[in-house]
This record gives sequence, structure tokens and C-alpha cells, in this order.
Amino acid sequence: MSRIKTFNLPDLGEGLTEGEILAWLVKVGDTIELNQPIVEVETAKAAVEIPAKWAGQVQAIHHPEGSTVEVGTPIIAIDTDPGAGPLETPSTTATPSGDLPTPSAASLAAVEVAPAEGMVEPGLIGGAAPGGRTAVLVGYGPRTTAAKRRPRKGAVPAQAVAAPAPAAPTAPPVVAPARNGQAALTGGGVLAKPPVRKLAKDLGVDLGTLTGSGPLGSITREDVQRAANGATTVVAEPIAATTAPSFGADREQRIPVKGVRKLTAENMSRSAFTAPHVTEFLTVDVTRAMKALDRLRGRREWRDVRVSPLLLVAKAVLLAVQRHPMVNSTWAGDEIVVKEYVNLGIAAATERGLIVPNVKDAGRLSLRELADALTDLVQTAKSGRTSPAAMSGGTLTITNVGVFGVDTGTPILPPGESAILAFGAVREMPWVHKGKVKVRQVTTLGLSFDHRIIDGELGSKFLRDVGDFLTDPEAALLAWT
Amino acid sequence: MAKGDPGGTTRSRRAAPRSRKGTAGDPALVQLLTPDGERIDSATGPDGTEYRVDFTDEEYRGLYRDLVLVRKLDAEATALQRQGELGLWASLLGQEAAQVGSGRALRAQDMAFPTYREHGVLYCRGIDPIMPLGLFRGVDQGGWDPNEFKFNMYTIVIGAQTLHATGYAMGITIDGKTGTDDGEAAIAYFGDGATSQGDVNEAFVWASVFNAPLVFFCQNNQYAISEPLERQTRVPLYQRAAGFGFPGVRVDGNDVLASYAVTRTALDNARLGQGPSLIEAYTYRMGAHTTSDDPTRYRIASEVEAWQAKDPIARVKAFLEKQQIADAGFFAEVDEQARRESVHLRERVLEMPNPEPVTMFDHVYPNGSPLLDEQRAQFSRYMESFEGSAH
Repeated sequence: MSRIKTFNLPDLGEGLTEGEILAWLVKVGDTIELNQPIVEVETAKAAVEIPAKWAGQVQAIHHPEGSTVEVGTPIIAIDTDPGAGPLETPSTTATPSGDLPTPSAASLAAVEVAPAEGMVEPGLIGGAAPGGRTAVLVGYGPRTTAAKRRPRKGAVPAQAVAAPAPAAPTAPPVVAPARNGQAALTGGGVLAKPPVRKLAKDLGVDLGTLTGSGPLGSITREDVQRAANGATTVVAEPIAATTAPSFGADREQRIPVKGVRKLTAENMSRSAFTAPHVTEFLTVDVTRAMKALDRLRGRREWRDVRVSPLLLVAKAVLLAVQRHPMVNSTWAGDEIVVKEYVNLGIAAATERGLIVPNVKDAGRLSLRELADALTDLVQTAKSGRTSPAAMSGGTLTITNVGVFGVDTGTPILPPGESAILAFGAVREMPWVHKGKVKVRQVTTLGLSFDHRIIDGELGSKFLRDVGDFLTDPEAALLAWT
Repeated sequence: MAKGDPGGTTRSRRAAPRSRKGTAGDPALVQLLTPDGERIDSATGPDGTEYRVDFTDEEYRGLYRDLVLVRKLDAEATALQRQGELGLWASLLGQEAAQVGSGRALRAQDMAFPTYREHGVLYCRGIDPIMPLGLFRGVDQGGWDPNEFKFNMYTIVIGAQTLHATGYAMGITIDGKTGTDDGEAAIAYFGDGATSQGDVNEAFVWASVFNAPLVFFCQNNQYAISEPLERQTRVPLYQRAAGFGFPGVRVDGNDVLASYAVTRTALDNARLGQGPSLIEAYTYRMGAHTTSDDPTRYRIASEVEAWQAKDPIARVKAFLEKQQIADAGFFAEVDEQARRESVHLRERVLEMPNPEPVTMFDHVYPNGSPLLDEQRAQFSRYMESFEGSAH
């Protein structure tokens, strides 16, 4: 074994295929000890530190921070005997020898051309697969980098066509993986397993709009959840608020796009360029509503409840949805899914970025229950404990941009939702009240909606109702409920 | 003594020693060594049982050595998983005292039924710590003889082992091996999450009505993977025992002395024929549920820090230093031993041979079967069909 050892990214969590390099904790030339943390890697399951497998000197780092690396790919080379003098050839650094060298394109192609082996006995799980490997049904699979890489390679179709079909159940599909579904799969629509389809239906996600990350470009549960969790609002979170930007000599800083930022970006782009957005504004006098809140706070049974203007806005939205159910719907390609239940999303800026947890079936809650649910949701979000379940399945969202001191905005719809309301700051303003200019408490509402489902009339009526409630909640309650 | 606890007597006042303030803050918690390393002479359980330990200096040092070794070997296993040498690892970090305390309280004849995290108990039973690594590396099924070491195989199914243990304990009674000072007992390990399982509640019922010589040892590490304790129970777990008709006690699971004392008493009660009992070892899983889990997604750093201050090893070290039972040389020697053993562990793991595929037919039936023989032969033929394959 060479003194240069190459460490390949292991499967860190039972069946993972890739990981993202979050941060290198060492750099080339560093002397490291056995089990010293060298790199932080985030997988679909967890962000973990990997300890060094050998002591020595870091010879090469193969992937920069922010890159996504397939399991089994070399990520770092360590000189296990740096005291033994210089290395023989500098090229060793570039192409480190190790347990599993990176396969060249040629070697990959060679492996993919499956000879008809015909050695498979009937009834056996494993057939002899190309390259002397054994096909398996379950488990970690054979330790061949090529086999692991192939499903994700987006293999060149020509190459796949040239490959003869295997005689028996070999592990790697010889068909070219069709990443996006549409091209290769015309008749059958998108590829997704039934439970995934059910999930998508439940969460109101249109499978046709997704890009599958599974085998053959199929849509996975994660793809659906990612789409459903889509966070959105006009709230621009500060980029790395905690760390001051560090500029290089060119006075520019390059920040890798990943994590919540990447997710938000994907969701926002997708929503902005698929759903035709219309935004309407309404400025209303909320003085009476604010007084009503004060009276509520004064009641004995509401003594321990956190009562905020957001509570009344939420209530206004829920009542208005009852009067205009179409607003609470999803565009699903050839049909519109109107929902009886309202999972009311609240956009929250947290330390880990923008998240949109929702209050499940908020329409069924009493005002008191709604207040408790909102308090709980906000506290959970602030403490960073919001669960993925709480962030999925939202049907309509409120973004409280007023807390940042601005008046309104044109929010972007969370994917799968048809309306989002921006609630601006409540300000004391000169306002014509009963024929005279008075100082009143005024706010601006901004409603974005999906014009494929909601026309100007419906959107305006909905926004008007929300405004009416906030102008005079008692009267609205008496009139509507 | 918890307010309103029906078992409370005035005896408990005697055991509420000075300087209990600022520890766990729970008067129902049996504790003999505070997080600061202060010894408490005796503590009283909810039913008035008094707990105390009387160790020699050598024994105190032995417990410390156990704790340090168990933690170090566990850390090495975690590192090996991160380096791709194990498929998975369930770390015991933070739970060393509960495991070493209870493990050392077992007598040679007592039978233990572990989950998949009881590496510390396994160590105390004298099993080579390499054994569970073979399981998690996927090269064997565990490898130790449960009858030889009186330590059952790791059980992955949550709570299932409590039923196995109950059946085993009922067998002890049927064999007439209880009722004397030297009788037999069994102990079933499980976590707080398992208490929500039907199996565990069934085991409680059966053990109770058959008066089985069994100790239910629940390590309440506060999380069922990601679900916090408040999603598991509305009452302290040890109080559940009362509903099933046997005593329950909550012990500071980060206190190796109290864990030892409470387990020893419960085992002795069982071996004397007084039936089962439940121990809730109140502790904290400092690491992830397994290496596939990311605890930062569901718990906050300040909580982890608060438990860091209750570390099971730091308090023993503080005690040993204050009482001048051990000096710097001893601590250095233990650290060096731990380092040596972890390196040894690593070397042996890397050399673990992959089993011959055909060996999977070996232990299906004790005396084989014709169908199995046929399958083995077919499989062998298939394996031999590969060019130059010796495997």
C-alpha cells in the first residue's frame, strides 16, 4: 500500500448515495492525527463530522466546500508517512492511489457494456453482473464505484443503446436513466411510486412540475416533501447575518448556494415562473381591531394568552376563506384541487433561514385555540425545533412583513398554494374618519394569488373581506358567522 | 419524596441530606454522588427503601476505569462508522453510569436482555467489546454465546426483549431458582421510547401477575429518537410501575453509585422471590440516536449543555480527587489504557474477515435440514461459477 492513502466518502447513514461537503476542517499541508475531525458533511439524514482515518499530512483535497459528492468518491488524500521525504512524482497528488480510484469515463463505459453471461441459475437473487460483480436486491450493494455512480450519471443515451440487454436480473439498469421523465416517458406520465403519488396528492403537489431525483428520474418522497415545504415570502433574509462578509482582492465575495438558501431559491424560482402571480393591495383602518385586541387581553380567560395583531389577521383570512373557498386551492395541471381544510402557513425568519410552518386545519379552531397554536408555532420556530411535518401541507400563507417595519410587498406563492397575504406594519397615520382627518392606526395588506385559479374579482373580494374584518371585527363576525 | 406519593413515609426525611440543592432538583431522584462529586451517604426511594453503597477505594477506581474505557471504545466505534468501517453505530455517550452501575450490580448467575445500545453492560459481563462491532459491520450476527456470558443477543426491535426477559424470568421461578440469597434474577434493558410499546406493557403485566424475578431497567435518555419525553408520558415513568402492581424507583442515571445501589437492591428482591420492579435511570443521550441521526434538528444546544454539567464520569473523577482516592498518575494510566484498547479495537475491526457467503446456511437449524442442504449446494455451485473465485 502506498504511503498516500485516499479516503472515499463512506455511506454515512444506511443507504445514502451522496453527501454535501459543508466545510473542510483541515487544509492541504496540515498535519493531522487519527480521528481528528477533518470535514463536515451533510447528507439527507444528518450533518456530521468525519474523523481522519489515518494520521499524517493532508496531501490533497478533492472537492471544494459546497460540492455534492457521490458515496465512494475520493475526497481527501493523506500522506501517512510525511517524514519519509518527498514523493516520487508530483502526479501522485493529482491522481492519488487508493482503494477505489475515480473511474475514468472509459472504464465506466467498459463496465456498462454487459456481456451476456448466461450463468444465472433460475431462482437465485444474484446473477452475474457486468464486471464480475454480483447483482443484489437489497443492502449496500457491491463495492464498485461504477455501479453506484451509474444511476445518477444521467448516462449518455447512445452508450446505453449500444449495450445489449442483460439476460437476467442484473442490478444496474442498462436503460438510460431519464432524469426528467418527460423525454423518455411520454405515455406513462411521470414516474413515482403509489405512496409517493398519494403523498403528493395529500400535500397538493403537482408531480408534473417536479424533477425526479430517484432512479430513472422517478420522483421520490423527498422530492415531494421538498416541493411541499417550499418556503416563500418577500422577506429577504440577510445572507449570513451572523458573519460579516469577507471580501477578496477583487472586492467580491462568493457564497455557495446550499441548504435552506438553495431550497428557498428553487421553490421561489419554480413558483414565480409557473404560477402567474397577481398582487393587489388594500390599506385599512385597523383602529377598532386593535381596540378589540386590547379588550380581549383584558378578559380573565384570555389573561395568559399571547394576543397579537397576527391573530386577527389569521382569523380574518380563515373567515374570508369560508366565504371564498376557491382561494384555498391548488393548481394540479388538469384539475383544481379545492380544500375544505386550511393549513395556515406562517412565514418565519429563523436562524437557519426562512421557514413556513403551518397550523393544521386552522379553520376548525376557536379563536383561543388559534392563538395558542400560533404562539406554539412561533416559539417552536424560534427555538429551531420545527419539524418537517409542521412545514408540509400548507394551503394558504400569511407573511408578517410588518414586524420588519415595512408597509407591504408582493409575496411569491409557496409552491402548491394559490394565495399568500402580506401583513404590513400597523402605523399611526392621518386618515379620514367620519368626515374628519384623524390619527388612526392603519395597515396595508398585500395579496398575491395564482391567476390560473383566481381571477381579479375573486381575489379582490377575498382581500376586501379580510380588510372588512380588520376594519370592524365585531360587525364582520355578526354578519358572517 | 414526591408530593402526594402514597409510598411516602417520614423515613424519607432522613435521607434528604444537606446540600441537595442545585442538583437534579427532583426529590424523588435517588442520588448518591452529586454532579459536583459530593458523596451522599444514603438516599431513600419512593417506597421507603434506603439505598447506600460501601465500596473500597479499589472498587471506586474500578468503576472509574470502567466508565472511561466504555466511553472511549464507544467513541472509537462512532469514528469507525464515520470512516465507513461500520454500517451503523448506536452510541451510549452520556449513559455510561447507568450501564456500568447496573452492569456491575449483576451477579454471575443473573441474565441480562439488552437493546442495541448496552455496550457498557456488555463490557461489564466480560464480553470482548469487539463483538457488537462485528454485528454493526455486518460480518456476523453478534458473535457471543448468550448462555456463557448470561447476556442475550442485542435486540433491535424496540421493547421486544422485555417479553423475552419476562419469559426467561418466569422460567427461573419454575426451575425453583428463587427464594434464596443466591437465587437467580433477570434484567431487561429498554429506553423511554420503548415504554410506549405494547410489548413492554405486556411484559409489565406478565411479570407482575407471575411475580417474575425480573428488573425492568429503563434508561430514560429523554428522547425516543427525536420524540421528547413529554410525548411519551404524562407521569414520571417510574410511577407507571404502581399501576401494574410492582415498585418503581427513579435513580440518577448519571450517578454510577446510585445506579449500582438501586439495581443491586432490585435484583436481590427479585432473587428472593419478591417479584419484579422498575428502575427508571434518569439520564441523557449526549450523542445522536444512531450515526444516521442528527439530534441538532430536534433539540437545542442549551439543553445538551445543561446535561454536560451532569456528566457521569466527571463527577466520579471529582470525587476520587477530593477524597484522594486516586492521583494524576492513576488518571493518566487509565487514559493510556483506554487509548491502547481503542487502537487495538480499531486494528481488529479492520481485520475482521468477511464471512463466506455460504456460511449463512450454517446456523439456521441445529441439526440442518434436507431443504437447506439443497439450497446450500445450489448456492455453492453458483459461487463456484465465477472465474477464479475462492469466495
